[in-house]
Amino acid sequence: MNYERTKQLYQQLILDHNKNPRNFRIIDPADKEAVGNNPLCGDKLVVYVNVNEDQIVEDVSFIGEGCAISKASASMMTTFAKGKHIDEVNHIFQQFHDLTTGKLDPEKDEHDLGKLAVFAGVKDLPARVKCATLSWHTLHAAVNGKEQISTE
Amino acid sequence: MSSKSVNGTLTPETTFNPHLYRKDFPVLSREVHGKPLVYLDNAASSQMPQQVIDSYAEYHGSYHSNVHRGVHALSQQATDEYEGAREYIRAYINASSTKEVIFTSGATDSINLVAQSYGRTNIKEGDEILITNMEHHANIVPWKMLCEETGAVLKVIPITDKGELDLEAFEELLSEKTAILGVVMVSNALGTINPVKEMIAKAHEKGAVVVVDGAQAMPHVRIDVQDLDVDFFAFSAHKVYGPTGCGVLYGKKSLLEEMPPYRGGGDMILSVSFDEVIYNQLPYKFEAGTPGISQVIGLARALKYVDEIGVEKIAAWEDELLSYATQEIKKIPQVKVIGEAENKASVLSFVIEGVHPHDIGTILDEDGIAIRTGHHCAQPVMERFCIPATSRASFAFYNTKEEVDALIASLKKVIEIFT
Repeated sequence: MNYERTKQLYQQLILDHNKNPRNFRIIDPADKEAVGNNPLCGDKLVVYVNVNEDQIVEDVSFIGEGCAISKASASMMTTFAKGKHIDEVNHIFQQFHDLTTGKLDPEKDEHDLGKLAVFAGVKDLPARVKCATLSWHTLHAAVNGKEQISTE
Repeated sequence: MSSKSVNGTLTPETTFNPHLYRKDFPVLSREVHGKPLVYLDNAASSQMPQQVIDSYAEYHGSYHSNVHRGVHALSQQATDEYEGAREYIRAYINASSTKEVIFTSGATDSINLVAQSYGRTNIKEGDEILITNMEHHANIVPWKMLCEETGAVLKVIPITDKGELDLEAFEELLSEKTAILGVVMVSNALGTINPVKEMIAKAHEKGAVVVVDGAQAMPHVRIDVQDLDVDFFAFSAHKVYGPTGCGVLYGKKSLLEEMPPYRGGGDMILSVSFDEVIYNQLPYKFEAGTPGISQVIGLARALKYVDEIGVEKIAAWEDELLSYATQEIKKIPQVKVIGEAENKASVLSFVIEGVHPHDIGTILDEDGIAIRTGHHCAQPVMERFCIPATSRASFAFYNTKEEVDALIASLKKVIEIFT
C-alpha cells in the first residue's frame, strides 16, 4: 500500500522531468530574474524570464539544485508558462498553490492545470509543499520585480 | 572513549540486547503510515524512556511550583529536585563544583552564553577565534557575530577527504593570537570523533580558551570535564534521551566568576534597586528567570538511565550497528558514504547518485523509517564535500540490526523508483 502511495507521488512524468529538466539553462541577458531559497533544505534556484510588451512570457528558464519534486515542478512550470500571458501564469500559480495545499481537488473541482495536476500527491506531505511551489513563487517574484524570495 | 573503526571486524558474540530497553520507550511501539516506526534520527533528537517521562510528569503532577522562591512545601521540593539534578549532572561529568553547572535552553544557548559573556569581555580586535570546518551552525554563528562586533578574526581548521580534522593544519593555525578554540567533539554531520583532549592541551599551551560542543558526544562518550581540562563544555538534554528546551554549560569556576551576566532578570540577583543591582553568585548569576525545571529534572533522570546501562556498553552496541550498516550500505553501488573517519560515532551520512536526499527521506518515511535529510545545520561541511545535502541515519542503543535491514531494503526501493 505504501509502495503505491510512493509511486503515486513519484510518477513517471515527475521522474522524467527530474532526470531531463526542460529549459534548464541561463537566459543571458534576461529581462527579469529572481532567486528562490528554501532555507530548510538549503535548496536554491534561479528563474530567468523574458516578458514582451504584450505581457507574454517569451522565454523562461531555471537553474539550481533541488529534489525531484522541486526540479520537476520548475521544469514543468517553464514548459507551461512559455507563450502564456502573465495574467494566465498568475491564475495557474494560484490554482497550483491550491492543488498542493489541498484546497483544490483535481478530481472534483474545475481547473486549468492540465498535466500540472500530477503534483496533487504533494498535499499529503506538508514538508514537501514548499519543494513543489518554490519555482512558482520565484517566477512570480521575478515577474513582479523582486530579486530574492524565501519559503520561510 | 569506546569507539571502533567502521572497518573493524564485527563481534557477533556481543551480548547487548536492545529489546531489553526498547520496552522503556513508548514511542518505539507506534506505527507510521501503517508500518512499525524505525527511528534512525537520533542525532537530531533521541527518544525519551518512560522513566524520564515519569520524572517530568511527576513534577507537573505533584509538586509543580517555582524554585528558589517559596517557603511552602511544593517550592521546597521543586528546589530540592532541581538542585539535586544539578548535583547529579555535576557528578556525571565530573565537574569540581555545582557552581560550574549552568542550565541553559540547549547547547546553542550555552555557546551563545560563552560568546556573549566571555567573548565580549575578553576578545579584542585582531584576536583570532579558531573553529573547525566540521562545526554545527551553533558553534559558527555565535563566533561570527562576536567577530563582527569586536574585529576579531575567524580561522577555520580544514577537514580531510576522510572527514577527519587536519591536525597538522590545526597546529599551524594555532598561535599566540588564538584567543578561543571552538571545536565539536562528535560531528553531527559526519560522525567523526575528534581528539579534543589533545587539541585542548595544545590550545592551552598557546593560552587559548577552549569551548567544546559536546551535544553529539554525550550519548556516546563518557565525559570527564576535568580529565579533558576543557574550559567550557556545552550539551543539550534532548540528544541524550532527555527533554527538549534544556541544556548545560559547564565552565571552569575561575572563568565563570570573572564573566558578567548574560541575561538580566529574576533569580540572577542578590538585590535590586534603581541605583544598584548586585548579582547572585554562581551558577545563578547566569540563570535569569524561571528555568526549565521539569526539563532539568528530566535530564538528570536521562543521564541516570544511561549510566544504569553504561555508556561504554551503549557505545559498543552503537559501533556494532554502525559497522553493520556501513558494510550493508556499501553493497549498494549507487551509494556513497560521506565521512569515513577512523574514530566515528553512530552517524551514517550518505548520498545516492542522481537522487536528492529529500526524495530519499520521503520514500523512507512511507516505510515508517525516520532519517534526517538536508544540510544538518552544517552547511560548511556540505560545501567541503561539494554536495548540497546528505541523508543521515543515526543509531541509538535501542536500534536493532533488523532496523538496519529495513533501512537497506527501503534504500533499494528508492533506487528502483529512480532508475
